[in-house]
Amino acid sequence: MTATTSRVNPNVSAATARAAAKAASENQPVTFGKALNTALADGLVADESVVIFGEDVGTLGGVFRITDGLTARFGAERCFDTPLAESGIVGMAVGMAINGMRPVIEMQFDAFAYPAFEQVASHVAKMRNRTQGKLSLPMVIRIPYAGGVGGVEHHCDSSEGYYAHTPGLKVFTPSCVEDAYLMLREAIDSDDPVVFFEPKKLYWSKEQVDLEQLAQEYEAKKSAPTEGRARIARAGSDATLITYGPSVSTAMEAAKMAAEEGINLEVIDVRSIVPFDDEAVCASVRKTGRAIVVAEAQGFASVASEIVARVQERCFHSLAAPVLRVTGFDIPYPAPTLEKFHLPSAERILDAVDQLQWEA
Amino acid sequence: MSAEATSDRMSEVSKKFGISPEDYMLPARHMINLLNPDGSLRPESEQGTEPGHEYPLPSPARLMEAYAALVTGRRVNDQNSALVRQGRMAVYPSSHGQEACQIAAALCLEENDWLFPTYRDTVAVLTKGVAPMEVMTSFRGEWHCGYDPKAYKCAPMSTPLTTQLLHAVGVAHAAKLRGENTVVVAMCGDGATSEGDFHEALNFAAVFNLPVIFFVQNNKYAISVPLSHQSAAPSLAHKAVGYGMAGERVDGNDLMALMAIMTRAVRMAREGNGPLLIEAHTYRMQAHTNADDDKRYREDSEVQAWIAKDPVTRMKAYLDDAGLLTDQVVAKIAEDAEAVAKTLRDGMNQDANTDPRELFEHVYSTKSTQLAEQQAMLADELDREEA
Repeated sequence: MTATTSRVNPNVSAATARAAAKAASENQPVTFGKALNTALADGLVADESVVIFGEDVGTLGGVFRITDGLTARFGAERCFDTPLAESGIVGMAVGMAINGMRPVIEMQFDAFAYPAFEQVASHVAKMRNRTQGKLSLPMVIRIPYAGGVGGVEHHCDSSEGYYAHTPGLKVFTPSCVEDAYLMLREAIDSDDPVVFFEPKKLYWSKEQVDLEQLAQEYEAKKSAPTEGRARIARAGSDATLITYGPSVSTAMEAAKMAAEEGINLEVIDVRSIVPFDDEAVCASVRKTGRAIVVAEAQGFASVASEIVARVQERCFHSLAAPVLRVTGFDIPYPAPTLEKFHLPSAERILDAVDQLQWEA
Repeated sequence: MSAEATSDRMSEVSKKFGISPEDYMLPARHMINLLNPDGSLRPESEQGTEPGHEYPLPSPARLMEAYAALVTGRRVNDQNSALVRQGRMAVYPSSHGQEACQIAAALCLEENDWLFPTYRDTVAVLTKGVAPMEVMTSFRGEWHCGYDPKAYKCAPMSTPLTTQLLHAVGVAHAAKLRGENTVVVAMCGDGATSEGDFHEALNFAAVFNLPVIFFVQNNKYAISVPLSHQSAAPSLAHKAVGYGMAGERVDGNDLMALMAIMTRAVRMAREGNGPLLIEAHTYRMQAHTNADDDKRYREDSEVQAWIAKDPVTRMKAYLDDAGLLTDQVVAKIAEDAEAVAKTLRDGMNQDANTDPRELFEHVYSTKSTQLAEQQAMLADELDREEA
């Protein structure tokens, strides 16, 4: 629209056109995917040592289009396709990071990253430690993860537990558009390797976010760092739902339903699984006295288990009820038509809320 | 790089040698070998063996430098094995018998070129210039890597098999993107060629046309599993052609042949001709480590037969015949080797004194609250122990 006006009336100044474009963008909701794409582009602009690679990230722009347009804008030396080989992608990134670059690589799907697990666990996580800090590996491993999108087998795993269990890695997972931008910028700038989990079901979700302003705030470091900081997604007083990534929206839905029954739930979005924000999580639990951990991943030996243990250790005397978990079942991720039975639902969360030993 | 571009590059290289791309990429029909086991020069050495597989003889000065490193390498292997027997070190994977490979891999590189070694490549790491006690930090059980890889352009010695080949590819790729003229040598053994990362590393290096030399020390055994059970390929060097790169077989106990072939490989890689695979035929004279009993899987007669092919005596015989080894020179070389051995003995006889509090310092660039708590807990335990 702006372009057409400019052609018809050449007197419209560039500044006016920019202002109009900005106003238009402010009115347009931004998708989670676009926020990630913008963070990658801004990361490439901010630091010339940043390079992006993986399978299909170049010409195609990624199977989820998260790297859309980056090769065209920055050239094939900054954003390029590799042969199909996950271990190769991660291993090459290790070498590039050793030699002064900041690789941001894509694993395409959660379970596709397993062939690269040796590189991640044996080298990415340990390089700083084994060399007594002489070599750091500033790299980001982007992993689209989790379900709720009707994916076929090996496309819906919640594999964050494997990485969270590996010392030396940072593990981030955003749950809103603003965090998608801010956390990916932080991951790129981190001097440590970050495994960056992107909830697939959120890629197309939209929010009213001004990315340009967010970028300015990030550059000026005005916004509080998200690393190691949990976020209060919804303030409440009766019980705390501790969650992250794809489960935040489910927890919010449950909180909304509980409010209709007169129960005021607080929702804490962990955001950065490693490092973990004990302080914010425990402050909330001490306030409410009750807690439920919600996650899509299977519950046995999981991030959810770890959070429960931490809360019990630190908040035992503030608790009015045992800390519960609502997670996926301890089964391999089911086929698409059955995933709704496996995934934690708002109803299942509310059933757990009912078990929190409320006084009559 | 597209398949067409690879093919163009191959045509260019093959034109340089007046042979077809296939003949350039396929290893020479015979293993490259310049010195006979008795140290005499093979008659065809001056000319090379076949078109496209011709190698210049290294200069006498170069050979003397390599020989001195070879003597030191043998002394280091023997010294370290003795230190294990004396209980000063838990484990040492000796490269006794393979020293010529180790010397050639490191000596043909320039200062800014990178070396990616395995756990058996102590002698190569020393030859790259890493200080002796820094090399041994890991075997001493003090810390996993005791040297600054960036300062020496030498990666940590990799314990997981083959994974470091991909790191070598990454270092080369970063250098290429920045227009730096770096060559990378990635070392591995025959067993490592069966690992998936071997395939991924060679494929990536070829597709991106990177200056990486994959240097395979075929010492005939992966712990106990013999080469015949490792690969059914005509040779490990033949694997190269499948990736679109040249492969060569060389006598890994012939220091002169190794120096010749590596010097050319480094030059080829630096000139932008892409990666190469070199398979050096050698033999692990001792067990895998002191925890291994090699009598269970190989005959002593087989080991004995390799004594006749020893790289040190062979090179010494050649240099003696050429009149390069005067008594004075021999004494100086022995003295230098002994000085390194003494450094190792003295260093190993000192108690390790790493502060356990340091365990928490190098996990992340910034210590997390949780790690700070755990560090304080250990510090408290240590304080109470001391009190």
